[in-house]
Amino acid sequence: MTCVLVIEDDPAVRWGVSVGLRHRGHETILVATGEDGLAELVAGAPEVVLLDLMLPGMSGLETCRRIRAFSQVPIVILSARDDDVDIVVGLEAGADDYVIKPASSEVIEARMRAVLRRTTPPASSGQTHTTHGDLLIDRVALRALKHGTQLALAPTELKLLLFLSAAPEQTFSRQQLLEQVWEHSFHGDYRLVDACVMRLRAKIEDDPRNPRYIQTVRGFGYRFGPL
Amino acid sequence: MIHLSLARGLRAQLVLVFLLVSVLSALIAATITFRQGRTAIVERAQADALQDLRAHLASRTPDLPADPTETDLRTLALQLDRAAGIRGWRTALSYRGGPLIATGAQPPLPAQLRTQAATSTTALAQRFHRGQAPWLAVALPVTAAARPHGPPPLVVYASFSLASQQQDVDTLAAAARAGVLPVALVAIVPALLAARRLLRPVRRLRTAAERMAGGSLDTRVHVTGNDELADLGRTFNTMAATLQSDAAALRDMEARARRFAADVSHELRTPLAAMSAVTEVLDADAASGRLAPLTAEALRLVSDETRKLSRLVEDLIEVSRFDAGVAVLSLDEVDVGELIGKTLALRHWRDRVRTDVPPGLRARLDPRRVDVILANLVGNALRHGGTAVSVLVQVRADTEQIAVTVSDDGPGIPADLLPHVFDRFTKGDAARTRTDGSGLGLAIATENARLHGGTLTATNAPRGGTILTLTLPRNPP
Repeated sequence: MTCVLVIEDDPAVRWGVSVGLRHRGHETILVATGEDGLAELVAGAPEVVLLDLMLPGMSGLETCRRIRAFSQVPIVILSARDDDVDIVVGLEAGADDYVIKPASSEVIEARMRAVLRRTTPPASSGQTHTTHGDLLIDRVALRALKHGTQLALAPTELKLLLFLSAAPEQTFSRQQLLEQVWEHSFHGDYRLVDACVMRLRAKIEDDPRNPRYIQTVRGFGYRFGPL
Repeated sequence: MIHLSLARGLRAQLVLVFLLVSVLSALIAATITFRQGRTAIVERAQADALQDLRAHLASRTPDLPADPTETDLRTLALQLDRAAGIRGWRTALSYRGGPLIATGAQPPLPAQLRTQAATSTTALAQRFHRGQAPWLAVALPVTAAARPHGPPPLVVYASFSLASQQQDVDTLAAAARAGVLPVALVAIVPALLAARRLLRPVRRLRTAAERMAGGSLDTRVHVTGNDELADLGRTFNTMAATLQSDAAALRDMEARARRFAADVSHELRTPLAAMSAVTEVLDADAASGRLAPLTAEALRLVSDETRKLSRLVEDLIEVSRFDAGVAVLSLDEVDVGELIGKTLALRHWRDRVRTDVPPGLRARLDPRRVDVILANLVGNALRHGGTAVSVLVQVRADTEQIAVTVSDDGPGIPADLLPHVFDRFTKGDAARTRTDGSGLGLAIATENARLHGGTLTATNAPRGGTILTLTLPRNPP
């Protein structure tokens, strides 16, 4: 059972999503505005947030940014497809994934679960601690430290870093990353990868525009290092 | 190009007609001048000869006895011959209808002149040809002073060559002929100028018509003057204005209709989002067996139709995004074989569809959109091809483009439906039996292909079955 915070202004959608998720055995906290959402995030301590982008008052994007300012709780955007640009901005603001409305509760749950799984350790054994330059990656405690300071990484950012650093200098296509990190079996949206790489670079690189750790291999994808 | 050759044709025709008219006028003028000149020259020669002959006779006949002997006459002929001067005439005399008396060889005289001269009291002249040369013969009757009204007792004949006059006439003819050619040549210049001037409005109209055909409905021609071509220009402008306003009105109506469709779709989406989230609950309850059978059926119906409605609305929104021109390509270099494999695997079509793809073929394309196209093509083939249909996805590539053909061995598309297969809401049969498709699938596939700068075509194979071909450029826009 997962506690889900649903931030959605339309009462019918809010209600429908709640019914669908409760039917699947989850607990829901329902709010209509971003302000209420932020309050419930502190009070209700949900495990995952479903966030509508089109909100009255504080926008979904702003809500997303404010959540990320103090919490690395998984965020899944619930959006209409033609908010395409908003989705990209939302991903850059720190959302982990998105679902296009209308969606069945099965799809919503699948995306939610995939994000939640990112917070559990990968099955790979091997070294529990690896050091790459100034980065220390702790695969047991699921954290990354730079110069000894713990980095505040969202679940997806952490999983991407763990995945890439587990095979240094190996290039992965964006489709591969979508399948491995986001668990998208379909032709996913590469913007998810690009936005997440951007956010991750902002947190781990000394100069995000001249990355050392997460490097772009033009025409192919991304790789970790070489340092 | 038709317009161009027409203008050339018109210009050529105008110049030709102009030339013809000027050459004809020059010819007629030359001919008349020549004829009058020739007549004047000959008449002048004739009059001069008669006058000279008369003068010589007048000075010598008084010496002649009343009844001259042949010797007297021969002497007179000799005297006259000697006085011929540059004309070089030769004379002969006939006294009272007697034989011709000449000094040397008899001068050539036409027989007709002799018979006429026998009775005439006035001077006669006749032109004739001797060999190739023109000659003039004159007959001058000399009447006796005692019997002025009787037949002339003595007739003096003279004949001489008109060769020098002929030379003058030839020169005249040559001059007339020589005049025609320069006239014709000079006439070309005003002819060309006139044609140019006449054709300028025609050319302007042609250019304007071409620009209109090219889509610039704001094209107008500059009209000057009041002639027929100016009228045509004004009519053209009126037509262009009407077309422009009609096109604008049509575009406006179309834009409004499209906006309405988009708005409706968006409005439908919110309630559908709520319903879609709960269909699963309905399905579960309907399948639980705890409900009355009719209620369970009703739930299943609502649940199924909600899913279909969601797909329809999503497709409508996708179509309106194309209509609004806001659909964008998100290009990525991918392995074509992998992409097709994934499309088939996701929809569990792997064991129903054969593939023939060159290994390692990479292309720059929008994977999501190509997936949508392929899913539509293969989905249609599987749906409409019957239960035992065999579907083949084949990829061929050259340096320019990639061709993906989806062929099946089903019944094919009816010939009357074939041209409309990519239209919106075209369905497999006229009764519009509802199938799983929204009726927008192939229309969306076409738009996606077009967005790549590619094409989508449908044909029926000669041996039955349908062939859908998607071509994508190797370097999309």
